[in-house]
Amino acid sequence: MEQQSITTKERLAIPRQVMLAQDPEGRNKNFKEVNLGYTPEQAKQEALRCIQCKDPACIKGCPVNIKIDQFIKMIADGNFLGAAKKIKEDNVLPAICGRVCPQEDQCEKLCILTKKRESVAIGNLERFAADYERETGNIELPVIHASTGKKVAIIGSGPAGLSCANDLAQLGHAVTVFEALHELGGVLMYGIPEFRLPKTIVQTEIDGMKKLGITFVPNAVAGRSITVDELLQEEGFDAVFIGVGAGLPWFMGIPGENLVGVYSANEFLTRVNLMKSYDFPENDTPVFNCQGKNVAVFGGGNTAMDAVRTAKRLGAEHAYIVYRRSEAEMPARKEEVHHAREEGIEFLMLMNPLEFLGNDQQWLTGAKCLKMELGEPDDSGRRRPVPIKDSEFILPIDMAVISIGNGSNPLIKQTTPDIDVSKRDTIVVDMNTMATSKENVYAGGDIVTGGATVILAMGAGRTAAAAIHEKLMNTTAN
Amino acid sequence: MYKIVSAQFLAENIKKIEIEAPRIAKKRKAGQFVMIRVGQTGERVPLTIAGSDPEKGTITIIVQGMGKSTKELNRKEAGDTINDIVGPLGAPSHIENFGTAVSIGGGVGAAIAYPTAVALKEAGNYVITINGARSKDLVILEEEMKAVSDEAYITTDDGSYGLHGFVTQKLQQLIDSGKKIDYVLAIGPIPMMKAIAEVTRPYNIPTVVSLNPIMVDGTGMCGGCRVTINNEIKFACVDGPEFDAHLVDFKNLTDRNKIYLTEEKQSAESFVHKCNLQQQL
Repeated sequence: MEQQSITTKERLAIPRQVMLAQDPEGRNKNFKEVNLGYTPEQAKQEALRCIQCKDPACIKGCPVNIKIDQFIKMIADGNFLGAAKKIKEDNVLPAICGRVCPQEDQCEKLCILTKKRESVAIGNLERFAADYERETGNIELPVIHASTGKKVAIIGSGPAGLSCANDLAQLGHAVTVFEALHELGGVLMYGIPEFRLPKTIVQTEIDGMKKLGITFVPNAVAGRSITVDELLQEEGFDAVFIGVGAGLPWFMGIPGENLVGVYSANEFLTRVNLMKSYDFPENDTPVFNCQGKNVAVFGGGNTAMDAVRTAKRLGAEHAYIVYRRSEAEMPARKEEVHHAREEGIEFLMLMNPLEFLGNDQQWLTGAKCLKMELGEPDDSGRRRPVPIKDSEFILPIDMAVISIGNGSNPLIKQTTPDIDVSKRDTIVVDMNTMATSKENVYAGGDIVTGGATVILAMGAGRTAAAAIHEKLMNTTAN
Repeated sequence: MYKIVSAQFLAENIKKIEIEAPRIAKKRKAGQFVMIRVGQTGERVPLTIAGSDPEKGTITIIVQGMGKSTKELNRKEAGDTINDIVGPLGAPSHIENFGTAVSIGGGVGAAIAYPTAVALKEAGNYVITINGARSKDLVILEEEMKAVSDEAYITTDDGSYGLHGFVTQKLQQLIDSGKKIDYVLAIGPIPMMKAIAEVTRPYNIPTVVSLNPIMVDGTGMCGGCRVTINNEIKFACVDGPEFDAHLVDFKNLTDRNKIYLTEEKQSAESFVHKCNLQQQL
């Protein structure tokens, strides 16, 4: 066997394989996926870089503990379908996570190779295995256990809801997923842009779940169309999982935020991604005409990167990231920042907006900003930005996107007061089971943690599914 | 897909459409709205629910063909389907026995004022309705309004029916006649709602308006529908759509609603053009 004959020294000599990507100058004008994935040869080469640690640290860095060493060995051996199956034992959405997980802060951060060189590209390999399985038409339905006769309602079809639904369906429960929007997938559809996560991939995953027997009900808003109590008492569900995400955009509370041309990142991205306004007038929903305009996105997270790169693709002359700390403190994935810079995004660091300015028709004309410098570390461990005296200036912009995070949608809290919530309005759960204060009601994902990642939400969905299963089956035994 | 059970024009370009939507029919209260997406590539349009029949499992909307989506909707007939409908959304109207309540509808706003007038009547109010239109042939729901009103008035801009003038004039007349008015609800074009707010402000009559900002999801997720109320940001979809008229920044609403004028015009014109071509073929 070729792999066994390779020495550690030889493994370490292989450079980290770089994924092919669209040329920056072309891709910043289209919405097609930026990364093009590994070739099978590249994947094998990259997999050979893994030295197959006895006690792999990478697994501890994965919120769903994918058996990383095992699937990578399979790729090195050329068993790509086996690798995909191995990943799916722990992660139901690998094609998605391989694209959007912050690997450099999770599995790859703990890779032993990082002590001296670059980590194994675990995320790229995960993506490769999942894409190979899907593109060769080899996705197999998992084994579904005999029906338990129990019904579970899932509220929200984003990452938390989908992973919870998937596990429960496989365990033999009758699962119905309620989604507020007309499309399924939650943030995977409305939030993350096509150029980072093609929507056909999300749809393929959801189609697979339909084959598992999961019922999806779009256009159903929890707290308005249906309430948690109605699901439990009138519609005969034995348990409810709430995975509605963090869906209420924060604004900055500065003057001028209601001027024409000031958007939340949610609105801007929903128009472009879910409503496909990049394809106006073929699709009816318009979005701000960015052609030749100056657009500033305020924030430093992945959503901010998505928004600014979207604005560039819509034709913005200048597309700025305005962030009050320095680049080192930006929470966005390194790859997104790198891609953004390649595409011509301009980073205005250590800058804080004070006020939006407009004309007589209340159209945005600029943002009055203040320059900052870094002071002592704050509660988050990041150095606190401190204003520089008399440094005010006006940044001329036509459109602003506020991307400073999301709070909790108030509808469930208003209509189900017996579910305990925190001061920040997130749902309080027992983190071992994701059980809320209300009997048979569970919750997970951003509605519990506040804005976080796809993979954390999926992990929470799985934890809840296991707890719901145990509870329902024990109830049967009694 | 949601089936249209019946559809008929109430006036030129204003159509009453009854749609199968059992969950919404069961839950909706006066003042709430739905988001409708007519076709696969359609936008999400907020429309107030004009009525419902919980037993039949249907809701009624009244639509004036303004932009592409509403024009497209107005071409639908009984038996046709629409892609998506979600609701009921928004906070229900605050209904109690205020005493004497005046419900004012301007143009197609009457469709929204009507269900609230019904609810006000059911709560025991002495209900006065003022129904304003440009001319006689654009007056809608006249009989329905009469049926729930203790006093029902019509105004037309051109004097072709009822009082010659605006709804504000009729309201001013009522106030001047010494009638004690405890509550006013006004729904219609923004200038009308603003004018009503100015009529009642000197008398401190509690006045509520239903705002129509541009929306995307209608559930609080995007914040596109934010309005300025008493210098604070509110989301019309979850905090409203009804607000205290005396606190609304109407200029901000008017200006924000103009953001897509160019695109809306382009969409509507190309839709009408396509329809005309289809007719010729």
